[in-house]
Order: sequence, then structure tokens, then C-alpha cells
Amino acid sequence: MSSNHLILCHPLLLQSFPASGSFPMNQFFASGGQSIGSFSFSISPSNEYSELILDWFDRSPGSLRDSQESTSELRRRLLGLIEGHRVVIFSKTYCPHSTRVGGQDEGASVQEVLSEITNQRTVPSIFVNKVHVGGCDHTFQAHQSGLLQQLLQQGPAYDYDLIVIGGGSGGLACAQEAAVLGRKVMVLDFVVPSPRGTSWGLGGTCVNVGCVPKKLMHQAALLGQALTDSRKFGWEYSQQVRHSWATMTEAIQSHVGSLSWGHRLALREKAVTYVNSYGEFVEHHKVKATNEKGQEAFYTAAKFVIATGERPRYLGVEGDKEHCITSDDLFSLPYCPGTTLVVGASYVALECAGILAGLGLDVTVMARSVLLRGFDQEMAEKVGASLQQLGVRFLRKFVPVEVQQLEKGLPGRLKVVAKSTEGPETMEGVYNTVLLAIGRDSCTKKLGLEKIGVNISEKTGKIPVNDEEQTSVPYVYAVGDVLEGKPQLTPVAVQAGKLLARRLFGGRSEKCDYVSVPTVVFTPLEYGCCGYSEEKAGEVYQAENLNVYHTLFWPLEWTVACRDSNACYAKIICNKLDSDRVIGFHVLGPNAGEITQGFAAAIKCGLTKQLLDDTIGIHPTCGEVFTTLEITKASGLDVTQKGC
Amino acid sequence: MWAGRVGCRRGSAGQGDPTDTAERQEGPAPAMEGRQCYDLLVIGGGSGGLACAKEAAQLGKKVAVLDYVEPSPRGTRWGLGGTCVNVGCIPKKLMHQAALLGVMIRDAPHYGWGVAQAPHDWATMADAVQNHVKSLNWGHRVQLQDRKVKYFNVKASFVNTHTLCGVSKGGEETLLSAEHIVIATGGRPRYPTHIEGALEYGITSDDLFWLKESPGKTLVVGASYVALECAGLLTGLGLDTTLMIRSVPLRAFDQQMASLVIEHMAGHGTRVLQGCAPERVEKLPGRQLRVTWVDLASDRKDAGTFDTVLWAIGRVPETASLNLEKAGVRMNPVTGKILVDAQEATSIPHIYAIGDVAEGRPELTPTAIMAGRLLAQRLSGQTTDLMDYNNVPTTVFTPLEYGCVGLSEEAAVARHGEEHVEVYHAFYKPLEFTVPQRDASQCYIKMVCLREPPQLVLGLHFLGPNAGEVTQGFALGIKCGASYQQVMRTVGIHPTCAEEVAKLRISKRSGLDPTVTGC
Repeated sequence: MSSNHLILCHPLLLQSFPASGSFPMNQFFASGGQSIGSFSFSISPSNEYSELILDWFDRSPGSLRDSQESTSELRRRLLGLIEGHRVVIFSKTYCPHSTRVGGQDEGASVQEVLSEITNQRTVPSIFVNKVHVGGCDHTFQAHQSGLLQQLLQQGPAYDYDLIVIGGGSGGLACAQEAAVLGRKVMVLDFVVPSPRGTSWGLGGTCVNVGCVPKKLMHQAALLGQALTDSRKFGWEYSQQVRHSWATMTEAIQSHVGSLSWGHRLALREKAVTYVNSYGEFVEHHKVKATNEKGQEAFYTAAKFVIATGERPRYLGVEGDKEHCITSDDLFSLPYCPGTTLVVGASYVALECAGILAGLGLDVTVMARSVLLRGFDQEMAEKVGASLQQLGVRFLRKFVPVEVQQLEKGLPGRLKVVAKSTEGPETMEGVYNTVLLAIGRDSCTKKLGLEKIGVNISEKTGKIPVNDEEQTSVPYVYAVGDVLEGKPQLTPVAVQAGKLLARRLFGGRSEKCDYVSVPTVVFTPLEYGCCGYSEEKAGEVYQAENLNVYHTLFWPLEWTVACRDSNACYAKIICNKLDSDRVIGFHVLGPNAGEITQGFAAAIKCGLTKQLLDDTIGIHPTCGEVFTTLEITKASGLDVTQKGC
Repeated sequence: MWAGRVGCRRGSAGQGDPTDTAERQEGPAPAMEGRQCYDLLVIGGGSGGLACAKEAAQLGKKVAVLDYVEPSPRGTRWGLGGTCVNVGCIPKKLMHQAALLGVMIRDAPHYGWGVAQAPHDWATMADAVQNHVKSLNWGHRVQLQDRKVKYFNVKASFVNTHTLCGVSKGGEETLLSAEHIVIATGGRPRYPTHIEGALEYGITSDDLFWLKESPGKTLVVGASYVALECAGLLTGLGLDTTLMIRSVPLRAFDQQMASLVIEHMAGHGTRVLQGCAPERVEKLPGRQLRVTWVDLASDRKDAGTFDTVLWAIGRVPETASLNLEKAGVRMNPVTGKILVDAQEATSIPHIYAIGDVAEGRPELTPTAIMAGRLLAQRLSGQTTDLMDYNNVPTTVFTPLEYGCVGLSEEAAVARHGEEHVEVYHAFYKPLEFTVPQRDASQCYIKMVCLREPPQLVLGLHFLGPNAGEVTQGFALGIKCGASYQQVMRTVGIHPTCAEEVAKLRISKRSGLDPTVTGC
């Protein structure tokens, strides 16, 4: 006979399916009982159900066990069952034959996978319309609260197949892909103005206050360097070259505006509904959307994707929100920031410092601790040194404790009091602008997630997901910067969003691969990397099992320009135990972004040191330096280059 | 021609008859006492020769390098290091950079820099570039010294299979013999033979980078990458430049890419005359040159006045003065290049040829270097590895750079059949082009793959800024046997041009529009 749990469920389900009076529950039970090795089974009122059962049982004693189906395959199959049927119940039977066929073994793994999917270890585990309702008690509760009925009636009853909260890179990619797959999709996007009142349009951080304006300002700074170089290359202009902040920001903002508009057009073309409102969950499958004027509207959907990203963090000291700006404000700042204190050591901090210094401003960076935490620290220090060479001052191991306005103006004058992290020492400085880049907080606190039970990490505020971007609430997914423990990069979010839509609506199974994601810090001397930092590689593989090849290099273009012959650096980390496979790639030099991409592809294909040695360089480029790396760190040999 | 055949004068020992090959079986002749003996002699101090010599010396061999630069017909000469360092990659890339900086100066006002269009001073640039080249010449000398490689600034020719005669600038002779001899003499630009005035009035890339004064209004003749690069950089430096091509540009490269390169050049100020061939160069009173040419399609004649005519119609291997017959080293009679096997050995097993002088090898510095080093390692018994000449990446440094690795679309179709080849492609707009509103109509990428899963990547072609840097890593990918799927699964680096490679979704077969859509 079947388990007690199921008997408990029985009347409830009959009640829930008034139209299924002849619902073959008993037949099902009988089927479950008679089937050899039945360990778990599912239930549904439709005819397709019985086929499912047969299929399941036909396979379970043989293929499931013998092929030692990997957890991920099993998981995919379970999700397929859940996706494909209105009601699915996983439970245990006490079939006398189960021991004989070894049912317990695969039963354990089914249970394991189920608990990963649902965070529920016990049975029965009940899914209605793809939503995990829970165990027996939860199902009763759901029945009482009406959720069960709602779930059973859903499908056409929802306004949308998918609502995406957050119109950034990941959200838009997911929404558009879902729309392309024929689903009815809505995007809710609303930019809460920064404390300084800066706001922007559709497209999220990358387009508006991230990668795009940052890279363009970086280009402006590089052009400043190019102008200096160009004299040595024979270009003649004697006048003092000045930089106009306003001209630059207008040009950049006009491009950003066009991108934002382009995103709106793209949504329209793909028939995605875009609503410029703030979305928050009010109940299961339902969000409230509040627009700028405070008008509210409610929308329901079968599935949700949270892609609200992050916003810059403030210090929490006196005067910070009133007087400081962040990267949210910098790229559209209507006036030149003047002498600037950049607080923070993140890549955002160093990129902003580099841009401002490159444009000729007096820049100081105040860093609490290490630069570029999480990145290779040798590279991080070299990035810092390259900034210093550009005239950026560093105040290490200090944190601001107070920001006072001395003078209003555009820019005004601010006094910053800072305190040593190591002792009682304090210091003061006067700046026109204080830019905070101390980190970013995810936008998860005001989304009503607690109302529907989506877990967020208490410490980080981020959303933990499984490897399919699914949150603790099965119909709610998340992509992009709000994810816990995932790289915060536009192309990652885009890829994750697209693949998620394809899995949800396109019958595909490919998951986003978060391993060996390349990234570049666009400081004036760019730093590109892929794979492990030296520190991390040491932790994972032990330093003695690593070969670290490195060299300083002098880009050809820098020779005539008489730029530093020992600022650019290339390093790869190889795993001796795995044929010197390249597990870390690091390059500091011009165009590091362009260089790193192809190497990332090669690392994906199993790049080894031998293959690097066998590959012919492209002469004269910076990238070719990786094909002639000879010196290991362990050898202690000199890697400096002779200069002018 | 300009590289006159100079027989090795061996004083009293009788003038060598170029047809006399009897000696080659006998080893060093007794008359050659006082000769210096080495394990390895390298003829030619270019990229390949120097790499081979240094590597062999490092491995304990006694090595000498014989290098001598025959002045160009216009009298240009240079130091140790060969074509790449003196009249190739290095000065070319630096002048290309100068041209790119000109574009950046034009971009700068859009990015807020208060700079007006600036004139360019050739002399300043040339001086800086030449100083750098000279420092490299010196660096090569020092490196040879450090590695205990003997350097002779002599012109070498074979006396017999193991012996070379070196003649110095002053006519002094030295006899050198060795167990192994490596020929790495490279090539020099070709002059047209049937065009009146070509040799008298024209220059080549051997001269361009050493000009002290601006070449002024220039006609570049040729369809090679050298022609395109020279025309591109001269245009970029603000000179009135005409590129004359007889038939197709960049033969042997992917032809769709080649036409895009030309299209970009034409759109950026180079006057391109395709299907034309020069017939005569005359000197006008007052330094200018009058060039007459014919439009091959219409047979119509036309003429123009230029300050400089630059020939870039190909290169000839530097073998004429080597007296190869004395050693019995065989050449391809058509190309004049030395026939080699996979070991880089010539028809005489202990004589080798590497670099541009060897038949069928890519004329590229890094291949010559690697071939030279591997050869030295094999000669020293360090390895048996052969040089792999497949999938050599390269980049044409035209104003819009063209980087490629692997097969062209034509070659892939020829090898695998059209039905087995899938080409993914896209036009793209570099982010940096947006603010100054630069035209990106030729920024284009295509990846040539096998059609059957796993869709192995056969070739990658990238036209855009920093193509050299972009291509290098992907060349590795192809070396690793990358499939289309693997490249697509690589996460992009945003915002770069290289990330577009990882986003190639449209196949040519699909017929979908590969042009940029909005942003």
C-alpha cells in the first residue's frame, strides 16, 4: 500500500478537482503499488499522466540506476516532470519489491535532488502547476488560503507568462528572449533617483551609469594621453589643450540616451510590455507597480525574474548623502568635478580615479584596505602603481568619518575628516568633489520578497539561486547583480537571462556557465583577467603545484612616446598536475580588454602552456607576449625591460 | 639588378665558377687554411637568423652570424635586425600608430579636448621612429655579444657545402666553415622591370621608413599588404595618397575582407585606382614625377603628378649573391626561393633555410623566429619537434586593422565543400566610434566553421580597431580546437570590440541581415 501521506492528501485532491470525479486516483495508486520498484510517483488528472507513470517506472529500475544518471540529468528530468504536468506529487511507497530492485538507491538521489529544488527534504512533495506547494500541511494551508485553487486555475488566468522586474542588461535580455519564444512578457523598470537626484532611463546600470559611459570617459582620458603622445609622433599643435567636461558629458549622455531609447524600441518591436513603474510583490504571482506619480497597478504572472541589480553604497557618516556623489551621478554630472577624493578601492573607484586623472584633474583615492579585493593582488598593486604614475594620490588605510560642506557651488568645496583604520590618527582634506565607490548594495529590500517567501542572504541582501537561477520560490528566478556569489558583469547577466528564458519557455536545458568569466578593469592602463588569481589558485591547487610565468613588457607604441618600459605586465598561472593547463590569465597593458577576450575563449577550450608556446605571435602586438613567456616566478629571474 | 651578384673573391684560390659544383662533395678545400670553424653559421641577421643563432649559442654551440645590408637602389641602408626591425613591422607599426594618433586628434574634440586639427611633421616622426630602430639594432648587437655569438658584418656566399666566404664593406674577405649552415637572408622589395623610370625614380618600403623628409603626394603601386599598409599610413598622416592595384587586393587573404579593407581606405581618403597598371615614370622639372598608367578594362591611358612613387608589388628572396650553386642548394626557379623540407633542410641536408627566403613559408617575423629556435633546438638534440605552419595568425595594419587566423572562406569552401562550411558573421560598431560619429560600415567579423557539430572553427577574420590584439587569443582558441559552440559560450568582455566575436549568431546561410541594428 502507499504511504499514509498520500492517503491524507487524497480527499484534498479530489476536492480540488471537482471535474475529475472519475479521477483515477485509485487506479494510480494501484498502478503505483503494482509497478515494480516504484519509489516515487507523480499524479495528475490528465491521461498523459498515466503515460508518465509508466515511463517513469519503466525507466527507474533500469536506466536510472544502472546508468548512474548524474544528479544534473536527474534534476533536469524531475524539473521536466514538474514543468510538464499540472499536479505532481513525489512520495514514497512501501512496495515490497522496492528493496529487490534497489529502489532505495535512486530514491535517495531523487529525494536529494528534490530537496535541492525545493529546500524540502520530506515527502510528500507536491507541485501544482509547476509551483512547489510544499508538503501535506502546506498543501492544506494552500487549500484553505485559496492558493491551491488559484494555482489550479492559473495559466490563462495570469496577465503575463513572465514579468521581469528590472530593465537592465539581464532583465531585458531575458524578457526579449521570452518574447521571441512567443510568451507574453512585461518589464517593470523604475530608477529611484540617487540622493543627489540623478535619474536615467531604461537599460540599467551598464548602459546608463556603468560600462558604457565609463568606457567612453575612459576613451576620453586615453585620448588625452594620445594627444601627449602624438607630439612625439610628429603631430604639431602648440596651444595649451584644455578639456571641456560639459562637451564630453553631453556627447556621452546623448549616446546613452540613444541606447536607452533603442532598448525601448527593441521591447516594442518584440511586443514586450514596458511599464516605467516600481514593482514589488504583494502576494503570490502578483506585483504592485507604482509609477512616478504614485499611481498603482497590479499585474500577475506565472513566472517572475528579479533583475533589479545594485546601487552604490553610502558610508553612513555625517554628510555623505548630502554632499557626496557616486558613479550614479558622475557620468552625467553637469559640471567638472574639480579636485576629487575617490573613496573606495573597488574597480569602480579605480576606474573613476583613472578617468578623472586622465582628464587632468587632481585626484586622491582613499582606500580602507587592499585594492581590487578578489582580484589578483599583485596585479591590483600594479594597477595602483600605474594610477600613481598618472598623478593619482593614494591614502591607504583611512576611512572618512565626516564630510562637511565649506562652500556651495558647482563644484563646491568639501572638507573630509578621515580616520586611520589602524590607530587613532585622523586627517583632513579639502576637495571639490567626494565620490563614493565603496561597494554596491543589491536592490532586494523593497521588493516584497518576504511576502512570497523568496530568501535573501541576510548578510549581503543578495538572492541565492540554484544553478538554474531559481530562487527559493520555484516560479521566481533572478539574474544579474542581485545574485549571490555570481560575477557582476553585463555579459554574464545577458547570457544568464537569455539562457533562463530558453529553459523556461524554449525547452532548452543549457545553463549559464559562471566559470572562467573574463573581465577587464578599465583603468588608464587596462587590466584584463580570466580564471584564478594567484592567491586563489594557491588555495585551490597549492602553490607548489603551480607554474607562474610572467614578464614585464613594453608596448611598441610606448617606445617612441617614451612611456614607462616596465609598467605593463603579463602573467599566467598553470597547473603542473594538469599538463600545465592555464588556470589564470592576467594582463596589464593597453587594450587589455581586446587582448583578454580571445584568451578567455582559449581557456574555455583547455589552453595549456605548451599550446601557448606553439602558437605564433602576431607581430608587433601586446598580445603576442603570451606566446613567448619563458620566465617562471619560481626561477626568480629578472623580467624588467630596458627603456628609452 | 640592384642586388648585383657578387662572386666571392678568394684571392689566389681561383675565381669560383658559379656552375662548378664539384667542390660540394669534398668538404672544405685545403686551400682554405686560416678559416674559422663553427658549429653553426647563420647567413642573415634578421628575426629568424638571430633567433636561431641565439638559441643555438644558448645550447652551447659555437655560432656566428653573417649579416650585410645591400643598400637599396636609392642608397638606404640600416643595421642588424633584418626587415622586421629596420624596414618592416617595427617602423611600419610605429608610423601606423602615428596615423592612428591623427585620427584620435580628430576624435578628441568630440570627447571634450580643445584641440584643433594639427599638421603633421614627417621629420619629427621619422627621427623618433629611426632612433627607436637604431636602439633595436644596438640591442641585437648586445644580445649577440651576451650570448657569445660572433657577428660578422660581411656579405656571405658559399664556397662549398661547409664553407662561406664573407666580404666586408671594405672588401676584406673571411673564410668561415661550419657543420651546419642556416640561410636566413630574407627578401627585398621587387622593382618592376618593364616600366620606364621605375628603378630611377621609384622608392620601396626599404626607403620609406628612412626618409628624412615627407614623401609628399605619393603613388603607391601594388596590392600586397605592404602596399595597403603604406598607402594607409601615408593617408593617415595627411598626405595625398593614391593606391594603384592591377587586379585584386590582398590575394591569398579572404577576398570579402580584402574588399572591405579597400572600401574603408577609399572612404578614408586614399584614392584607390583598381584595375590600373603604370606604364611610365618621368621626372618633371622641379622634382615631381609624372606617372602614366593604363586602365586595363578600358585600355584608357591616364596620367598624374606625384612627389613620390612607391613600389610594393612583391618581394624577391635574397638568394642571388649566395652562390647557392656552389653548395648545390636547390631553389624554385620561378620564385627564387629555397626549397625546404619539414625539418627546414634544403636539398643539402646540413644546410637549412628559414624565414622569407624559404619556399612556401609565411613571410612573418614570429614564424621565422619560432622556426629558427626550433631548428636550433633540433640541431642541438633538444627536441625533435617540427615547426607547425598551420593556423598562423596575422594582422594587416591598415587604418582599420584586419586580423585573421586559419582559413579564408574561399579556402574553407575549397577544402571542405560549400555544403560543409558554415560562416557566421556580423557588422558591429565599436563603442568609441559613437561619440565622434565615426563611420563603422566596414567593422566586420566572420568566423568560418565546419557545418557539422561540433562546428570546429576553421578561420576567424576580424576587421576593426586593435585587430592584432583581438586576434591573438582567438588564434590560441583555434589551436586548442575550438568549436563554434565553445566560442559562443565564452562570456564577453563588455564593452570591447572583441566581445562581438563571442556574439556571432547569424550564419550567412540563414540570409539574415548581419548589419548593426541600432545599438
